[in-house]
Amino acid sequence: MSAPVLPDLAGHFGRFGGRFVPEALIAALDELDAAYRSAKTDPEFQAEFGGLLRDYAGTPSLLYSARRLSERLGARILLKREDLNHTGAHKVRNVLGQALLAKRMGKQRVIAETGAGQHGVASATAAALLDLECVVYMGEVDTERQALNVARMRMLGATVVPVTNGSRTLKDALNEALRDWVASVQTTHYLLGTAAGPAPFPEIVRDFVGGIGTEARAQCLELTGALPDAVTACVGGGSNAIGIFHAFVPDEGVRLYGFEAGGDGMETGRHAASITGGSTGVLHGARTYILQDEDGQTVESHSISAGLDYPGVGPEHSWLHDTGRASYTPVTDREAMDAFQLLCRTEGIIPAIESAHALAGAAKIIPALREELGREPVVLVNLSGRGDKDVHTAGAYFGILDQNETIVPEENL
Amino acid sequence: MSLSGAFDKARAEGRPLIVGCMPAGFPTVDESVASMVAMVESGIDVIEVELPYSDPVMDGPVIQKASDIALANGVRTKDTFKIIEAVARTGATVVLMTYWNPVERYGVDAFARDLSAAGATGMITPDLIPDEADEWLAASDAYRLDRTFLVSPSSTDARIAMTLKACRGWVYATALMGVTGARDVVSSEASDLVRRIRAIDAEIPVGVGLGVRDGKQAAEVGAYADAVIVGSALIRRVLEAPDRAAGLTALRELGADLATGARSVTR
Repeated sequence: MSAPVLPDLAGHFGRFGGRFVPEALIAALDELDAAYRSAKTDPEFQAEFGGLLRDYAGTPSLLYSARRLSERLGARILLKREDLNHTGAHKVRNVLGQALLAKRMGKQRVIAETGAGQHGVASATAAALLDLECVVYMGEVDTERQALNVARMRMLGATVVPVTNGSRTLKDALNEALRDWVASVQTTHYLLGTAAGPAPFPEIVRDFVGGIGTEARAQCLELTGALPDAVTACVGGGSNAIGIFHAFVPDEGVRLYGFEAGGDGMETGRHAASITGGSTGVLHGARTYILQDEDGQTVESHSISAGLDYPGVGPEHSWLHDTGRASYTPVTDREAMDAFQLLCRTEGIIPAIESAHALAGAAKIIPALREELGREPVVLVNLSGRGDKDVHTAGAYFGILDQNETIVPEENL
Repeated sequence: MSLSGAFDKARAEGRPLIVGCMPAGFPTVDESVASMVAMVESGIDVIEVELPYSDPVMDGPVIQKASDIALANGVRTKDTFKIIEAVARTGATVVLMTYWNPVERYGVDAFARDLSAAGATGMITPDLIPDEADEWLAASDAYRLDRTFLVSPSSTDARIAMTLKACRGWVYATALMGVTGARDVVSSEASDLVRRIRAIDAEIPVGVGLGVRDGKQAAEVGAYADAVIVGSALIRRVLEAPDRAAGLTALRELGADLATGARSVTR
């Protein structure tokens, strides 16, 4: 496949991407773009970034051949263990890169938005490490369901601002961070948490998390002697998915599957599947697939996973969808939680609920893949994060914890 | 009245235009029309109707709250056209301010057609820069609508020049780095920005917005700008009023204060 180099100079992935932001931010986006171009080819920057990834974040993350899970699913399952990174998710790669960029631009303050809190914790971590002031915007609803991560951010020295506008979730936290940035752009870098937003963010985030795919590709070749048949990842904004997909895009024989949050089921309308259940529009600075009503008003998303609960998706995923290079399908809350439990019980790994979507999706595609290939397929699953932050949600879902986080007696289960 | 006619008239009187912003359908369709008509009657020259949007990143809390109320009360894009039509019918000059997604969703050409048919003179697009505006440039040409892009204190001279070239009718200069909302002091960045604009294009009328809350500030800004844009301060009067009648009275008071301020300008 002779794929074009994307994005183009104006930050477009085909008809997606671009910059749909107030003019006040253009100078900052241009400055960021210039800083990134120079950092990309600066051996010193790359050495510093690589050193932090290796010595601080703990990458390359392991590629683990999950034997018991493989037996259960009838495929060879390889788990890319991003959950073992420092702070427990792929997010640390992006924040270290962007925090270094902020320093390079001479900015002493970073702001971030967070849904599940993973990106907020990662941002607070990078800010502490690199001595930057950090303010994290978080929807009020999310501060309640992710109280532990709010505590972590505060321990790390960050200020957490609960956002009380709109649906009080991730999309509103993003709006609030953009507003802060409009007013503080001279001193502040907006440490955007996913491969979405105005150009050049989708490209920068993709490149910073792209090590996931580069590492996994080499590890897979070394472990199995071949590339995987399929790569699966969960897609909210889509940073972990683009991180693992990107290195495989030129490999025509490798199928790429993104799994969106199907929530209560597509038919209920309560979901966060922007590609499957959305349409083209402009949100948070880019043209992409979004959940919207007939008038172009954003529709509230729903997912059991706060990290996937976002009504848009990164523009590169929209492009991969339109070109057919990657497939995007929804996974319901229930399917994800079944997969969550399966991984706990077969491999002793508690995944983030986000990552459980990737696992549930893998389980769904395996039968058809096996039939098509006429053999047991090799499926690479991006285990993008660990489930510590989701223990409360999962505990309530499985009836292990009640609403007050009190343990339910075994005999009542 | 056309916008250029309004600018000509104000220039002949040696004063700036006062532009007053109100979200369409806030708190209801009928009440928003009444508010806008009251604003015109009190001496505000141009009504900037804002199309309520779920994710208004350029707006501060006051405008967002008003937009949320309008949306919660079920206002639709089609209602916005009806409101524009009702206000324009009184002889007022009406422009629309809208984020881009509702336009794209409606269909850019169809939106321009219906906006023009409703009697608006043009459109202000806070999150659409000329770099991404090909469709809008074509549609606004086809329906002879003014197109107003924003320039900011952080804009380079090259970007200001490019933006002015894309604008028609007037340009919107954001007075400070920040979102909408009345402030105690209007930033000095605004006059610098207007100077930079004039150095590039001495002809295009310049509207300055963000932060003006009373007649005194309107006079300050009006000393160097062709139009003074007031939003949050007006909307707050309606939000904080105990009832509809009190809201209209408060709007008229502020409208008159702003108009007096504009007329006191000496330059």
